[in-house]
Amino acid sequence: MAHTEEIVRGHGLTTEEYQRIRDHLGREPNLLELGIFSVMWSEHCSYKSSRKYLKQFPVTGPRVLVGPGENAGVVGIGDGMAVAFKMESHNHPSYIEPYQGAATGVGGILRDVFTMGARPIALLNSLRFGERTHPKTRFLLEGVVAGIAGYGNCVGIPTVGGEIAFDESYGGNCLVNVFTAGVLPADKIFRGTASGVGNPVIYVGSKTGRDGIHGATMASAEFDARTEQKRPTVQVGDPFTEKRLLEACLELFQTDAVIGIQDMGAAGLTSSSVEMAGRAGSGIEIDVSRVPRREKGMTPYECMLSESQERMLIVAKSGREQEVIDIFRKWDLDAAVIGKVTAAGKIVVREGDRVAAELPIEPLTEGAPRYDRPVARPAWLEALQSFDPLSVPAPKDLGDALLKLLARPTIGSKEWVYEQYDHMVRLGGVLLPGRGDAAVIRVECSNRALALSVDCNSRFVFLDPFEGARLAVAECTRNVSCVGGEPLGLTDCLNFGNPERPEIMWQFAEATRGLSAACRELEVPIVSGNVSFYNETDGRAILPRPPSPWSACSPMPSTPAVPRSCERATALRCSERRAASSAAPNSSRRSPESLRAAHLACTRAPSSRSSAHCGA
Amino acid sequence: MKFGIVVFPGSNCDHDAYHVIRHVLGQPAVFLWHKDRDLRGSDVVILPGGFAFGDYLRCGAIARFSPVMDEVARFARGGGKLLGICNGFQVLTEAGLLPGALLQNASRKFVCRHLDLIVENDRTPFSNALKKGERIRLPIAHHDGRYFIDDEGLRRLEGEGQVVFRYAENPNGSRGQIAGIINASGNVLGLMPHPERASERILGGDDGRRIFESLLRS
Repeated sequence: MAHTEEIVRGHGLTTEEYQRIRDHLGREPNLLELGIFSVMWSEHCSYKSSRKYLKQFPVTGPRVLVGPGENAGVVGIGDGMAVAFKMESHNHPSYIEPYQGAATGVGGILRDVFTMGARPIALLNSLRFGERTHPKTRFLLEGVVAGIAGYGNCVGIPTVGGEIAFDESYGGNCLVNVFTAGVLPADKIFRGTASGVGNPVIYVGSKTGRDGIHGATMASAEFDARTEQKRPTVQVGDPFTEKRLLEACLELFQTDAVIGIQDMGAAGLTSSSVEMAGRAGSGIEIDVSRVPRREKGMTPYECMLSESQERMLIVAKSGREQEVIDIFRKWDLDAAVIGKVTAAGKIVVREGDRVAAELPIEPLTEGAPRYDRPVARPAWLEALQSFDPLSVPAPKDLGDALLKLLARPTIGSKEWVYEQYDHMVRLGGVLLPGRGDAAVIRVECSNRALALSVDCNSRFVFLDPFEGARLAVAECTRNVSCVGGEPLGLTDCLNFGNPERPEIMWQFAEATRGLSAACRELEVPIVSGNVSFYNETDGRAILPRPPSPWSACSPMPSTPAVPRSCERATALRCSERRAASSAAPNSSRRSPESLRAAHLACTRAPSSRSSAHCGA
Repeated sequence: MKFGIVVFPGSNCDHDAYHVIRHVLGQPAVFLWHKDRDLRGSDVVILPGGFAFGDYLRCGAIARFSPVMDEVARFARGGGKLLGICNGFQVLTEAGLLPGALLQNASRKFVCRHLDLIVENDRTPFSNALKKGERIRLPIAHHDGRYFIDDEGLRRLEGEGQVVFRYAENPNGSRGQIAGIINASGNVLGLMPHPERASERILGGDDGRRIFESLLRS
């Protein structure tokens, strides 16, 4: 039976995409199959509009152990140790329900990192809100900060840095990007792979409920007046369960029973099982009747698409099931064998004896649609870039102007924010918030430390996406180098508007080109990343200001004592030298317009200047 | 001196306490799983910071029912030295091993920062390496650190010298600016600040280390 247009649209699929599914299958998909396609083909999971541009990134280097495509990137830091890190957006859920949206964002990024076998040692975040006068700003800011604190503090991972900026363009769409770094032995990296025909598929963690169904699809659409009604698609986090899941997984990694492991994040059981089979080139069979459930009467559709939090999918070695289950039971967590790895190249979802869905893996992963969307340079950019900042008269009272600037929330102290985060737990903090341009966290059982920074001047990216992106990389790596670190890897988190609009796609194309160029020039590989589109409301002609925070992560090449000897004055000199050397080749290639544009942003609009709350 | 560090599900400063005892003080340390009833010959037991059982219901309210707590209470009644840090302090009050209760901060927000404490009693096994009236700098990190006790209880604490640490400036609305107290028999200490986070100079100060060193001298 063909699905109605309303059902197809309700799943975020276009008519063409629906036809494509029918072509792949040679038949009509049933509702569950349509749901599986819908989440796997969502922008969030498939990167269908962005993949073309992400391919240009430099992703290799002598220290890169795992590049993009896994749950997190991994870079070697010497002494047989490595660091796994990634950043992810949770913008749409946070706008709808700030506390839980931000909290589950933290939960998700923690799982992405510990699923690699790493113990998380630091969280950072990058936040954007509307102006202080916007009626929702206070509600969103307080909720997001409390949500990050409530989750991270409870799990016991220090939140050691970040940045916040306020600008009117975020009034209808706040941005919440969270970053985690974890450490692991370089020779014990775990991956999300389902290999070995006959190996058991084990579900561990929280029970599955009806929350968050179609969260990935929601995050792949613009907001409108009915957005509030989507509150039930926001998941509810339980940091206490996450903490037990973390400890149980790390205990499990001490055994050699694990073949592959993946977080059930966006699109839950569907994406984890499909992606794990996709990476291994295998197949997977799941019986939803064996999935631990919170509620009675859940359908296979609900089980497969639920985004209940704090769950992981594990493929274990055959015969080692009980060993795995015992570890999770010790931590009072659910654990159940729900399926097995097959050779068939397809996913089969059963409910007991009944087959509820049977789909080939390839069209869901590599065969997902890829779009080369039209790009067009926005016409309004010309006027902005030709503006002469020198035409603005200097303020009469410079002291008064300075006080006004300092009173801007973007520039002012962020103590109110970072005091709500436990930034000291785990005894790693050598440079804490407010003390340096990057956080410095020592690594247990080694003489190394990590310097971590997240930074982006969104207005620069708005005024000139190519140069703005290069500057963001330059600033972030400067932050790291001026506390004594050597930038070794970078993760990106790209937040843009609706990619179906040519001027947004142009911004994205230019920004990724700039990001790529800067990383090549500085020889910093991009090892993981995230793209968030559709950050707008009602398609209104808001100024599309694509904030694109990135974070560089770097081990200190020597003992953790070094950053203490890196006096502030030295750090500044060091920072200026670095700025000079990386800016020199830039400026020769930059047009006078774009130079002016950047200058304009500095002198005219200091309010948009993103200041790190570990710094500035 | 052997230290036992209790691990509840949700404890998250257990590794930190272990690190300071083992690697900074060079003393033997063991983890004590909350479901076990064996203190494994510990001379000092530490209830570490964190969010035991997610702080659900009330901070420490569920943890006090863990099997290990029967042994911990017996240990304390027998004069064993017991230290509750932050969440551990909350568990001690819930378990009735220390008087009073810890309520939500007056600000209703989590607060994490360094602050000054005044040493009020230097004749305890936990403070004999400090001097009465001295100021020490330790970090706090809590959402529910407002110490509360009724008037009579407060008079008794003050009269008997049971207030060991007082905040120089009140960060959370605690009665009497109380940061840490000891029981009447002088062997059970609870405090909201984190001495284990201030035991190495590279982390910004080592005043907290002297609390652990006091135990070694006692």
